[in-house]
Amino acid sequence: MNDESQRLPVDTDRDVVRVRQLVRTVAVAVKLSLVDQTKIVTAASELARNTLVYGGGGEVEVTRVHNERRAGIRIVFADQGPGIVDLDLALTDGYTTGGGLGLGLSGARRLVDEFDIDTEAGKGTTITIVKWCR
Amino acid sequence: MSLSPDEASRFAHLLSSKAEPLAARWAELVAAGLRGRLSSAELRRQTSELQRAFQQAFDAGATDLTSEAAAELRAQLDELSTNRARQGFTATETAISVYAFKEATLEILGSVDDATTLRDYVAFSGFVDRAALFTFDSYVRVRESLIADQAEQLLELSTPVVKLWEGVVAVPLVGTLDSARAQVVMERLLQTLVDTGSPYAIIDITGVPAVDTQVAQHILKTVVAARLMGADCIISGIRPQIAQTIVALGIEFGDIATKASLADALRYVISQNKRAGR
Repeated sequence: MNDESQRLPVDTDRDVVRVRQLVRTVAVAVKLSLVDQTKIVTAASELARNTLVYGGGGEVEVTRVHNERRAGIRIVFADQGPGIVDLDLALTDGYTTGGGLGLGLSGARRLVDEFDIDTEAGKGTTITIVKWCR
Repeated sequence: MSLSPDEASRFAHLLSSKAEPLAARWAELVAAGLRGRLSSAELRRQTSELQRAFQQAFDAGATDLTSEAAAELRAQLDELSTNRARQGFTATETAISVYAFKEATLEILGSVDDATTLRDYVAFSGFVDRAALFTFDSYVRVRESLIADQAEQLLELSTPVVKLWEGVVAVPLVGTLDSARAQVVMERLLQTLVDTGSPYAIIDITGVPAVDTQVAQHILKTVVAARLMGADCIISGIRPQIAQTIVALGIEFGDIATKASLADALRYVISQNKRAGR
């Protein structure tokens, strides 16, 4: 059973801050530990900024999820940007095309429990992450 | 719906012939809505001025609020909402100041028994509605500019560089470290290093809720810049959850000294100082 999801646009730096605040609120509500809260908020911050910088803006959807045993939080980042041509390369630590540290995408993957990326050159990128309560 | 020139002139006549009682009643109605937060003399002055502006607009043949003849009236309305917004009145309280004009006019008209007067009043009422909407728009614009100003001030306020000890300056970072703030922080820190000739700078991130790669990169750049100027940087205030997140992200701080608390950082700097015989 899933609760209603909340959507936010990502078109400016301020929107990234809003995404972060929403994720923190939901993470607290599903009773994630302080460390996991910080991890999911940081991952959301990275991916929302990628949506903005590389995807040219898009949308974020935050949902509380449950399975048989535990609660969690699922976040979907979707953009209609240029997509990722070489996914393996993009997921390599230290690789960047935007002048950052090159750790956002690969680091975010390490911060969450489930990480799914759906991208095609020219078709945009959709990333889904899930963090479960321990 | 706009006024016909006939209607405009009839209203100009009504407003000038009943100027005194109309402005007085209008001021009373506004005063009731504002519950004594503006003196009645002040309100009386405002309604008289507004009423004169309405009258002049109608006299000049203004059939619509956007027309040339209503320019003076628009300026008056704009001034009213600017003042209300700055004095902290709500949007409703501001709009009511204009809407009350309709009620006052209706009372002065007395019983409306013929169709012409009724049609006139409806047209006039539409005009005042647009005036109130205009006030509302100006109100929102003023509030938005106030908020923008405050955001600017916050940017300035939230990044102080403090002298902690002889030769030690500290930057306590609080809140979100976006590019604009990171730039301000770096400039302040580097300038303070020059001004005080301090060999040590402590960047405290206790108040930063999440350290992502962008924040880390801003901090790293600041540290490198400070080093180029001959100052050593220590990063303090790294809480357990932040430490674990930084490790998972794969951010490396290299040979930059990091401490859990500001006190640890200060202790470290002082011991370094002693070792160097300063």
